[in-house]
Amino acid sequence: MKQPLTRGPVSTALLDLLGSASADDPRAGEELQEPVFSALADTPDIAFDDDLQLTLFCLYELHYSGIEGVDDAWEWAPGLIGARRRIEQTFEEKMRAAVELPQRPRTNSGDVAAALFKMTAPDGGGGISRFAAKQASAEQLQEFLTHKSIYQLREADPHTWAIPRLRGRAKAALVEIQADEYGGGRPDRVHAELFAQAMRGAGLNPEFGGYVDDVPAITLATANLMSMFGLNRRLRGAIVGHLSAYEMTSSQPSRMYANGLRRAGFGDDVAEYFDEHVEADAVHEQIAGRDMAGGLVEAEPGLLDDVLFGAAAALAIETWLGDHIMAAWKEGRSSLQPQSSFAV
Amino acid sequence: MQDENTVDAATPDTAVDPVEPDTVVDAAERETNGARRPDQSIVAYPDGPLLVRGDFEIVTPSGEPLPRNRKTVALCRCGASIIKPYCDGTHKLIGFRTDD
Repeated sequence: MKQPLTRGPVSTALLDLLGSASADDPRAGEELQEPVFSALADTPDIAFDDDLQLTLFCLYELHYSGIEGVDDAWEWAPGLIGARRRIEQTFEEKMRAAVELPQRPRTNSGDVAAALFKMTAPDGGGGISRFAAKQASAEQLQEFLTHKSIYQLREADPHTWAIPRLRGRAKAALVEIQADEYGGGRPDRVHAELFAQAMRGAGLNPEFGGYVDDVPAITLATANLMSMFGLNRRLRGAIVGHLSAYEMTSSQPSRMYANGLRRAGFGDDVAEYFDEHVEADAVHEQIAGRDMAGGLVEAEPGLLDDVLFGAAAALAIETWLGDHIMAAWKEGRSSLQPQSSFAV
Repeated sequence: MQDENTVDAATPDTAVDPVEPDTVVDAAERETNGARRPDQSIVAYPDGPLLVRGDFEIVTPSGEPLPRNRKTVALCRCGASIIKPYCDGTHKLIGFRTDD
């Protein structure tokens, strides 16, 4: 992605470092420690901290597509990995403290799936998707697509990190879902490409990261949460729970977004991404709940709590983002960054 | 039953004497004709749709193929989907139960 604008001392220190120093120096990245420590000590809420969430987003980006003008060798610089772990630790603690887990189901696939469906049931289409279907203006829907672009232009990638960490039934289920996310061999059906098509159709920039400067910390946090779960093998239960929650809260809301986009005058090229998800995620949610999450818990019963945590964390952070957007819209404001160049 | 079949088919691989090719052919035949699972499967998910996997076609009553965008499909079982014959998740909203 293109280099983002900095948002405080930590992201400034990181981008300065990536632009000037050599990644091959064995002490590379150590300069980050001090600003990271003091920012973590001072932050009132890491999920809404612009500087720390942008820093984490950039650190993860080194593992995905890289940052323009930055040496790829930075990916494994020990100083950066150390900084990432410090930020992740606070972020994970925050999410664990914020969510309430349901009563533990028995560790068989049917009960695990039923527990996940129960957790996700209240999100069957409320809040922002209902507003989008009935009332949102074309500009608000563009704004919504802008928030979503931070993840959807690379949809499925964070969960793919988990594939080599699973085995047997859970792995087969994850791969079956991901193969469909990646178009089943058809490049034009890759979900991230369908989203890029929607962005183009809505007059927006379809490049990954094109709107990083425009979105608030909480939008970056939704993407960072899944990168954190996906990139840490220790958290493989959480990434499986996260994907399950996403799949289980997608079909009905996708239909509402498709309806809202057509109502506001957008074409089929914009709505198609959402049409696709009505059908796709009705398949995926079954495979995710019973075979992937349930299969994982049957194989590794000790991961049950992390599966539930991953799902609860996904629901919580999406609720915070939805609340942020709706609060702005109710006051007639943009939900994007105040200095956003995005004209809405 | 399934376990016994699996064991049956696998046994010759380890137990067969390599100088008796007939036995190997028998084992291969048995694997294709008997113990192997079919190429298509339909899984009835509790309180949800039927998931269909494998090599199959979905056609209209007059034989026209229906548009299909994915390998594994979920067929509506509750009757309330608006994209029938595919599932759209509506069964969750109407409290559809399969009592299994």
